[in-house]
Amino acid sequence: MSLKDKLTELHDRGLAEIKKSADLKDVNQVRVSLLGKKGPITEVLRGMRDLDAEERPKVGAFANEIRDDLTAALAKRREELENAVLNAKLANEAIDVTLPGTPVAKGEPHVIQQIIDQIEDLFLGMGYQVLSGPEVEEDKYNFEMMNLPKNHPARDMQDTFYITKEILMRTQTSPMQARTLETHDFTKGPLKMISPGVVYRRDTDDPTHSHQFHQVEGLVIDKHITMADLKGTLQVLAHELFGDKFDVRLRPSYFPFTEPSVEADITCFNCGGKGCKVCKNTGWIEVLGAGMVHPNVLKMAGVDPDVYGGFAFGVGPDRFAMLKYGVDDIRNFYLNDVRFLKQFTKKG
Amino acid sequence: MKISYNWIKEYLDLNVKPADLAEKIERTSVEVDDVIKPSDGLKKIVVGHVLSVEAHPDSDHLHICQVDVGEDDPLQIVCGAPNIAKDQKVIVALPGSRIADNVKIKKSKMRGVPSAGMICALQEIGFPEDVVPKKYADGIYVMPADATPGDAVYDYLGMNDSLIDLDVTPNRGDMLSLYGTLHDLSAIYDLPVKFDQPAVQETGAAIADQLTVHADAELAPQYRMRLVKQVKLAPSPMWLQIRLWNAGYRPINNVVDITNYIMLKYGQPLHAFDYDKFSGQDVYVRTAKAGEKLTTLDEGEHDLDDHDIVIADDQKPIALAGVMGGLDTAIADGTVTVAIEAAVFEHDHIRKAAQRHNLHTDASQRFERGVNQAGVQEALDAAAEMMTNLASGEVQAGTVVATDNEPEPAVIDITMSHINAVLGTELSQDQVTHILTTLGCDVAAEGEKLTVTVPVRRNDIHIPADLLEEIARIYGYDDLPATLPTGRMTMGELTPAQKLMRATRHSLEGLGLNQAISYALTTEDKAKMFLMQPSETTKLAWPMSSDHAVLRMNVITGLLDDIAYNSARKVKDVALYEQGRVFYREDGVDRPSEQEYIAGAITGTLLPTAWDLPAQPVDFYQVKGIVEAYLKDMAVNGDVTYVANHDLPEMHPGRTADILVHGHRIGFMGQVHPTIAKQFKIGATYVFELNLQAIIDMPKQENQYDVISRYPAITRDVAMLVDDEITNEQIVALIEKRGGAFLQSVKLFDVYDGVKVPKGKKSLAYTLTYQDKHATLVDDAVTQAFEKVEKRLQDDLGAEIR
Repeated sequence: MSLKDKLTELHDRGLAEIKKSADLKDVNQVRVSLLGKKGPITEVLRGMRDLDAEERPKVGAFANEIRDDLTAALAKRREELENAVLNAKLANEAIDVTLPGTPVAKGEPHVIQQIIDQIEDLFLGMGYQVLSGPEVEEDKYNFEMMNLPKNHPARDMQDTFYITKEILMRTQTSPMQARTLETHDFTKGPLKMISPGVVYRRDTDDPTHSHQFHQVEGLVIDKHITMADLKGTLQVLAHELFGDKFDVRLRPSYFPFTEPSVEADITCFNCGGKGCKVCKNTGWIEVLGAGMVHPNVLKMAGVDPDVYGGFAFGVGPDRFAMLKYGVDDIRNFYLNDVRFLKQFTKKG
Repeated sequence: MKISYNWIKEYLDLNVKPADLAEKIERTSVEVDDVIKPSDGLKKIVVGHVLSVEAHPDSDHLHICQVDVGEDDPLQIVCGAPNIAKDQKVIVALPGSRIADNVKIKKSKMRGVPSAGMICALQEIGFPEDVVPKKYADGIYVMPADATPGDAVYDYLGMNDSLIDLDVTPNRGDMLSLYGTLHDLSAIYDLPVKFDQPAVQETGAAIADQLTVHADAELAPQYRMRLVKQVKLAPSPMWLQIRLWNAGYRPINNVVDITNYIMLKYGQPLHAFDYDKFSGQDVYVRTAKAGEKLTTLDEGEHDLDDHDIVIADDQKPIALAGVMGGLDTAIADGTVTVAIEAAVFEHDHIRKAAQRHNLHTDASQRFERGVNQAGVQEALDAAAEMMTNLASGEVQAGTVVATDNEPEPAVIDITMSHINAVLGTELSQDQVTHILTTLGCDVAAEGEKLTVTVPVRRNDIHIPADLLEEIARIYGYDDLPATLPTGRMTMGELTPAQKLMRATRHSLEGLGLNQAISYALTTEDKAKMFLMQPSETTKLAWPMSSDHAVLRMNVITGLLDDIAYNSARKVKDVALYEQGRVFYREDGVDRPSEQEYIAGAITGTLLPTAWDLPAQPVDFYQVKGIVEAYLKDMAVNGDVTYVANHDLPEMHPGRTADILVHGHRIGFMGQVHPTIAKQFKIGATYVFELNLQAIIDMPKQENQYDVISRYPAITRDVAMLVDDEITNEQIVALIEKRGGAFLQSVKLFDVYDGVKVPKGKKSLAYTLTYQDKHATLVDDAVTQAFEKVEKRLQDDLGAEIR
């Protein structure tokens, strides 16, 4: 048997033993027995000195090749076995990933707050200030300066909680129009503001009435503000709150502090405008009141209506939330059932 | 106001469906509540001719009728109505028909007798109770004798008309009539309207010899009467009854019906008096005298005073002007002479009278909003004409007039550039002139300046802005461009206070509390609880209920109400916070000051219990952790300390702390007193309340970078026994004071107060961390410093180091 044949046989036998090895200890034994100093390959190589000079390098190269091959096979087998051990260990550590996660403390913003924040952010981005006004107001700001003198029939439209004859719970955020108009310095730039807040009406609480609710007032006064600007602004607002696919339409209405006065409807989100019970088959839902600021309001606040003008609008976050989420009882907003508060968790 | 589509079509050549017309009105004039076609939903309801009526053998009130319904054989129908009679034309619901409220009528047996259908009352086919003529209110309706058996009843009864229910805003009183609506529609559709011209035949004697009227122009700017004699009271013809009941009015008799009809048509309320019941020949419009009384048509008795305008004869009030007539002079059986009043009353008086006497009538509604002051005589003439035609009345010659102050029409100057500048449009002068002209205005142009004369009936148009609205709505809001304001740039930015309030909410939500918004109006008791400072209460003058009568002076009680609401619904774990205002008032000042507050309340567990999280009922320290973390977020610049407060009446005396920043009390926290909790019907609840305004106003610490030391830290633990009275704060203060230059932190890691320590003592254990930021610490140096602290603890606090 030539050396080369011996080596080939050793190679085959070695690979077979490696393959047979069952654990790391086995692998180590095989390594020592094959490649150790007393192992067969070393033995074979020792016999090389009997070969002639021509054969020796060839057999040497062949022997090295075989040794490398076996070394690689050993390493591979070792890795296989190590992996198997690790995998067995990991398999043992398996858990039920469907068990619920550990609860963390997490509170939610009130749904009305979310809508107010959304409106604030939209208008901040358009260069409006956010202002807040007193909830206990003077008759003068709540009514008189809003072009609602005492005995004005439209006062009947709003039932008022009076504290004294002249002091009342504000029935609307509109008094902030008068207050800001009075103080704004037009030499510093146009007046662009929104004013969110709580308002009060002398109503009996029921699913559609609450003696306390929210409003966001908006007011823009400058030298060249148009009704088209109002329409565009309301469109932006509707798109922000409800989505781009909603149309806005304006209808004539009446508020003593605006002229012209309009109400804005948006496409009914329940039926997408086809007509349903929610929109009384009109395809539209009334969402806010607006108009061009009445010259009397400007005049009473000391602003010259021949130079300045603009628009105002008032939106009801409670109504928005009811429409947007189908909340069927306004009292939910003020009773703070945790099961209700936890329903509006989507962020962004 | 319900307006009839068919009636509109009599005057206007409209080619649109009722629903489209309603939509157009809503988009251009006033809101539309509903469009109703009375026959909608009804099926197989026909005219029947009662051929015979026999008593039912087994009933004392039922009748067996043979009814011709236009088919070969009559139907046998059992009928219980008391007014059924042979030869009547009646409303028959055939077998398989549908009547009001979607009720199906089938063949049936009534006490053993087969009955094929039903003879109906008007209510049964959908008429509201309050429009059914009194005569037929308690029985079946009897149709006109010329009705053809088998015909559907709807056209006979005006039920195929469409009724558009207008919700008229307070400024558009003119829309409370057919004519006002027609004027607007004429402009909207750009179509001409041909209005009727009343032609009165004055066949009687001069009215001036029979009647004199006296009025104060302040109370009644216009007051006039006509007199009609020899009237024959009778039911109105069918067409008139239909107009009335479709508009929501009960037909009564021809004279009364005419006054209602004229009001619907012209918007001018009229009142018909029985002239023969007058005491004397003089009628006065005056304020009532104290002590005077009046019984109105609805049989209501009213005490009058000098705020009321009354119509009076020589003796006494005979009507509450502009609101309702008096019963004594009402048109009734036997009336032959009718005095018709047409007037304009001062609206403020009418509004108050309607409120004071709780009599909101169609007349008062119209006077409050203002009637067409240029059309008073026309309406009066139209009524007189109808009284001749429908009641054979003899109209006396002339009209008696007490006051006749018709206002001048408003004349408004407006320029084209102003119109387009405000609306954002590019309307031409022709377009604008055309719109205004179709609305009935006279327009004179001088260059781009328009001088617009507004018809008197449009009493809502006084200033250029009013004209802008008219132009915009008729032009169409849909055609208005949509743009955004341009002009000088402005910065939109929250103020520091607004930013802090947002940060407050985010911080507390991150700490596990849900935002609540509670009622700011509460009971007097609750308003006064948990007070942070002395204050007077602020009460509503006329609250709706005692539950919401006083302005809150704390936020906590609202949260406790919320917890009670949850608790009553078996929600036991509640963690809430609220940011809102409290209202403090000083004695002698009407208006309270409003202060921003923040409060939290937790009951049950903060974290929901779970399979891997045992229940941990909320306690003082959990809430304190939240307050600490929150105040850290707000970066108040100053030491925050918690000082036990045993004296807050609504709080647990041993588990309450005042919260101080730099020595200033900004709030408190702790457990709600069990007695108070019981009062609210809630379990153990921990709360905090902070003056947010104070936090807003405090100086803040800016974020800054501090080098993280590369050198290792060394820790030492110390455990000690101390008297119960010694507080953690005292120990920490001492350690920090005596800890040496390298002491970085002191951390409490164990508190033990159980059986293994002597009574009156407790065991506390701390980890002290030492570090030199600039060099490696030598162990000996730490040992030295640590031993010094241990000695101090023993000497100063009597601690027993373990």
